[in-house]
Amino acid sequence: MFTRYAALSALSAFLLASPASAEQLFWGIQAEQLEWRSGEGSEAFAWDADAFVGTDELKVVWRSEAEYATGPNSFETLENQLRLQVPVSTFFDAVAGVRYDSPDEGPHRTYGVLGLHGLAKQWFEVDADLYLSEYPSARFEVEYEGLITNRVTFTPSIELDVPLADDEATSRAAFGPKLEVGGRLSYDLLDRAIAPYVGVHWERTLGESGRLVRAEGEDDDVVSLVVGFRLMF
Amino acid sequence: MTIGLLRRASLLGAGLAAALSGAAAAGEYNLTVDRVPVDTGTFTRIGIGYNGATPGPVLRFKEGEDVTINVTNNLSEPTSIHWHGLILPFEQDGVPGISYDGIAPGETFTYRFPITQSGTYWFHSHSGFQEPDGAYGAIVIEPKKREPFRYDREYVVQLTDAHPHSGDRIMRNLKMMPDYYNRQQRTLFDFLKDSKEMGLDAALSERGAWGDMRMMPTDIEDLQGFTPLINGKSSAQNWTGLFTPGERVRLRFINSSAMTYFDIRIPGLKMTVVQADGNNVLPVPVDEFRIAVAETYDVLIQPTEDKAYSVFAESMGRTSSVRGTLATAEGMKGDVPDLRKPPLLTMADMGMAHEGMDHGSMNMSGSTHTMPDGSTMKGMDHSTMNMPGGTHTMPDGSTMKGMDHSTMNMPGGTHAMPDGSTMKGMDHSTMNMGSSDPFYAPGSGLMPAAANGGKFLSYNDLRTQKPLYPHREATREIELRLTGNMERYMWSINGIKYADAEPIRLQYGERVRFKFVNETMMTHPMHLHGMWSILDTGKGKWNPIKHVVSVAPGTTVFMETEVDAPGQWAFHCHLSYHADSGMFRKVIVEGGPEGKAAALPVKTEG
Ligand SMILES: [Cu+2]
Repeated sequence: MFTRYAALSALSAFLLASPASAEQLFWGIQAEQLEWRSGEGSEAFAWDADAFVGTDELKVVWRSEAEYATGPNSFETLENQLRLQVPVSTFFDAVAGVRYDSPDEGPHRTYGVLGLHGLAKQWFEVDADLYLSEYPSARFEVEYEGLITNRVTFTPSIELDVPLADDEATSRAAFGPKLEVGGRLSYDLLDRAIAPYVGVHWERTLGESGRLVRAEGEDDDVVSLVVGFRLMF
Repeated sequence: MTIGLLRRASLLGAGLAAALSGAAAAGEYNLTVDRVPVDTGTFTRIGIGYNGATPGPVLRFKEGEDVTINVTNNLSEPTSIHWHGLILPFEQDGVPGISYDGIAPGETFTYRFPITQSGTYWFHSHSGFQEPDGAYGAIVIEPKKREPFRYDREYVVQLTDAHPHSGDRIMRNLKMMPDYYNRQQRTLFDFLKDSKEMGLDAALSERGAWGDMRMMPTDIEDLQGFTPLINGKSSAQNWTGLFTPGERVRLRFINSSAMTYFDIRIPGLKMTVVQADGNNVLPVPVDEFRIAVAETYDVLIQPTEDKAYSVFAESMGRTSSVRGTLATAEGMKGDVPDLRKPPLLTMADMGMAHEGMDHGSMNMSGSTHTMPDGSTMKGMDHSTMNMPGGTHTMPDGSTMKGMDHSTMNMPGGTHAMPDGSTMKGMDHSTMNMGSSDPFYAPGSGLMPAAANGGKFLSYNDLRTQKPLYPHREATREIELRLTGNMERYMWSINGIKYADAEPIRLQYGERVRFKFVNETMMTHPMHLHGMWSILDTGKGKWNPIKHVVSVAPGTTVFMETEVDAPGQWAFHCHLSYHADSGMFRKVIVEGGPEGKAAALPVKTEG
């Protein structure tokens, strides 16, 4: 079982080891989503961003995903992950790490993370993660960058989050998945550093989880228009 | 003393030192390494240069002289200068961590070595990304003896690819996103156009094949967005060389780019290639030639009209171009041609066809062609082009299909491999005469062709004027597979990057045959320091002598080296970001006269 301590000690071992090796250290920050979501009666600010430092052999990635609702002024979701990435094939990295969820409403949760991250055939960018705790879940994310021109990109994305056990405190029931589908049309304004976009984002909570969400008085089906920008530097 | 003066030197001092160096003992030269402005007209940035400018000065040496070069590092980081293509004692070669420790900030390092060759060369930093940032200059060495050609005046034409981003930033961006700088990717509109032309199914399956490999047919220049310069000047800034009609002009082309191959032509003029990488070759009249990163070619031209001619260099991936001008007066301008359509890599460039086929020795008299199944095609003589009834029969009696020998008087020529596969798209119709080139994979998308339909120089045309070494059989062969992972922007040799690799050990006195097998989709200009690289074009003792051997995707190329220089040397791809990410080896030459210690302890830089 991955604990926060294990991941942190792996991280510190890596950071201590790196100066001794001749490996070059690279870093980067990438926000695939940094946007304003406007749906039926809900307004939120959301992001999905990665920052990494590491070498060809090992990367430390901080991944952050959140949705901050402006009505109640609270984080509906707030996830932070510290992930170690090691190449396991030409196009895929194995991932191990910890995830800490700290939304304003509901309990905070800690998970161990095991996953695969990489580029599948036909240029699909894939993340497949298993989140381990007493409330385990699995998540599968796919994104595709479709070039309309060399500067205008349409990026469809799908995210499927499947709870593997009941966690009523977070309105999730075993095998009641949450589906997020998005489509974003961006323009590379400055290099690849800043690309503003517009798009749609659709969230749907299915199965037993949907019932729990509705019981909370929330919508199990939300369509939002989004405006934001991608960042990379 | 000059050095004392230089220690305090800044830009003013550099000018003074340059003036003083003229008065100093013959063979003494001074260089300062400075932060300098780079102004391409489209962008300005701070880069690195020599004696206050980038490119640095043209160093003019004489064959036979002993040179002393004082290099003062005015940077706040270590630096180094490597004398590209010069044969010299390894301690003078200028590669931090291999030849010496590098030059610390504020330090003056004195290089001393004899000049034992002549021709056109260049020098550049071998530290970090100082070379892409502008740290390069030209070297012209006057020969002792008369050259086998005459000219009335000469110009250095140094090509570079200035980029608005610093080298460090470029490397970081490439590591983060390998197609960061590729703005020639195929788009939805390209797909619609292809579907219309080849049909939806064909377009889909073509995209599918590339998508399966997660590779892009547009991966020809993985660093775009640069401004090509001639002698530090962009097209608008228009470097100009003057001539009087009827004069014979020698142009010393040097490609000092970090990442860019150029196709060079002078519309309206024939060029006669007389030297490659500093060595005389049998003159080859051409309309256009491709210059790999770090190569040099000397050409003669004879403009007879009183007009302006454009010296036009297009990048191999057709993302950018630069022109300079040859004119009878300042301010004149010739026409600037449009960029040609960007090429696309094919499956042949992916090494999908004919792995193991020996392209390096193709089109050669009596050469042996190795087939995919390991069998050989013996004694196939393409050079005489005299094969009546032209069907090439393989050892098993099969034939080679699809080879077009139409202009070779070989009607009906069909070639098939012993394993039943065919050689598609192989076009020998203009063999040794034009667009076909054995140094590209058959069916390669990179196959060059002259813009005016004329003669495009091939490695296959290069034949040395005078062999430097008696011809002999190589004592052994070393296979170097050029490998990489474009998606991770990792480059390597035999699948191992420099940081993890054992040095290549050579024995003094041996003759080594290097076999390059390019398994990547990019062209790699391989550069061995300290010793000559004799490129195998199948001409035996007349094979050309070079310091850079360019290996196109999907090809196998051979070069031989007389191991006559003791010490430790660098051996690497000359694309800066490939070398830095691992396509690099240390070569240790063991043994040799005077007990020159090969395994000299050297600390690594930084
Ligand atoms: Cu390379």
